[in-house]
Amino acid sequence: MLIKLPSASDSKESDVTPESIYLSRRTLMASSLAGLAVTALPRWAQAADPSRYADVEAGKAPGWFAEKLPSTQWQAVNVKDEAITPYKDATHYNNFYEFGTDKGDPAKNAGSLKTEPWSVVIDGEVAKPGRYALEDFMKPYQLEERIYRLRCVEAWSMVIPWIGFPISALLKQVEPTSKAKYIRFETLEDSKSMPGQRSDFALIDWPYVEGLRLDEAMHPLAILAVGMYGRELPNQNGAPLRLVVPWKYGFKSVKSIVRISLVSEQPKTTWQSIAANEYGFYANVNPKVDHPRWTQARERRLPSGLFSPNVRETQMFNGYEEDVASLYTGMDLRKDY
Amino acid sequence: MRYPFWRLGVFLAACVAPVLWLYQAWIFALGPDPGKVLVDNFGLGTLILLLITLAMTPLQKLTGWPFWIVVRRQLGLWCFAYVVMHMTMYTLFVLGLDLGQLGVELVQRPYIIVGALAFLCLLVLAVTSNRYSQRRLGARWKKLHRIIYVILGLGLLHMFWIVRADLKEWSLYAGIGAALLILRIPMIARRIPRLKLAGPTQSAKS
Repeated sequence: MLIKLPSASDSKESDVTPESIYLSRRTLMASSLAGLAVTALPRWAQAADPSRYADVEAGKAPGWFAEKLPSTQWQAVNVKDEAITPYKDATHYNNFYEFGTDKGDPAKNAGSLKTEPWSVVIDGEVAKPGRYALEDFMKPYQLEERIYRLRCVEAWSMVIPWIGFPISALLKQVEPTSKAKYIRFETLEDSKSMPGQRSDFALIDWPYVEGLRLDEAMHPLAILAVGMYGRELPNQNGAPLRLVVPWKYGFKSVKSIVRISLVSEQPKTTWQSIAANEYGFYANVNPKVDHPRWTQARERRLPSGLFSPNVRETQMFNGYEEDVASLYTGMDLRKDY
Repeated sequence: MRYPFWRLGVFLAACVAPVLWLYQAWIFALGPDPGKVLVDNFGLGTLILLLITLAMTPLQKLTGWPFWIVVRRQLGLWCFAYVVMHMTMYTLFVLGLDLGQLGVELVQRPYIIVGALAFLCLLVLAVTSNRYSQRRLGARWKKLHRIIYVILGLGLLHMFWIVRADLKEWSLYAGIGAALLILRIPMIARRIPRLKLAGPTQSAKS
């Protein structure tokens, strides 16, 4: 028998902010911030160039991105009192096994990834399936900057200013049918440009697959990102299109997406297939449920130096509990980890 | 003392890597998470030194140069020094000196249990590596020090549980380890040919 004792940090259904208020608050915050940003920032920042953040390498932005960037809604969502991770660390400490298993491998090897032209297939339970060139795929969306915490299942974390748009906007475009219960994402499979996929010793069954429940995907915090630090995504961070779900462990946020399918059954995800006892489908950040091989109660916020270790308590749902807890009401998060 | 310069050379070579890593960590050349990199480096260093130590007997058989056996103890002790650093770095930078958590990890996590067992075995070997213990234990000393084969197995299992996505590197070490063990099977050990190499035997004058 399962006895569920409410802990002090559990929210009751009644505590949950109604979505309309939540959304209007966000709009209010965003618009006031955007207004502030425009008036308070110097001239160069309004041009929305990468110099918005320190030490950002300029990339070669595709035309559609350069066109959309100036109208980006800056700091649409922010984190409170937390420093943004230096650009160099966010781009040179990555897990992107298609380019190697060491943290530095993606930065070293991802130059071979060709992100233009790029197309995305939309299929499954949708009214409007199809294969879209990325520039057409992106047309309907207004870009927003979302500054999110990123918590890796390996117990390190960062704060990253993403640029993207809510998945809900995409779903509105493609019109899921009533049979659609989950959304499935697939990374590019191309052993020519992805050395990790050429390894004979890899346990991953390429391509990398991830998924969300449809209501999770509809949540306003869940986005598809095309940029970070005021520029397009560097290849090692999942260019040109990746998922960002800030309340879940980083491995859920699949990179370099080529296929998005609406499906009726829970998709079999990559890490679940390798070790189901270690990586669940939900993978919500949860300090109370340990990974079998290490504790999830704390995290190293990078950079964490030898003599200035930056170790902090991990927050429930990575600090987005207020926003997302209602998605999991009545679920046993120890079982559905 | 035989081969003093060769032994000094091995000593200095074994020092180079840790000094370099600590310096790199100091100047942030190991990236944003230097503590974790140090843990991994010292862990892998331990395994490599273990394999090198295990290579000494076959090398001696192959070349006839006594130096390989002379330096074996020093290498084994370096292996122990690296594992001590590995565990110190783990306690400091991964656990953040939370000793209560260390207790939890030691009870709950199979890969930590296996690693800790390997460490205990290495500790026993390090403590009994002196002449006094050799005399004291007599014939049993040799038997006791055969647990190095068990340590190799535990170490490889410990690493196997950590690398989950790609076994390329692990397979390399496991392969070398297996080869070194096969060379010890009496039937095969007897057949290791003696090379007539001019280099090492001449160097024996030092």
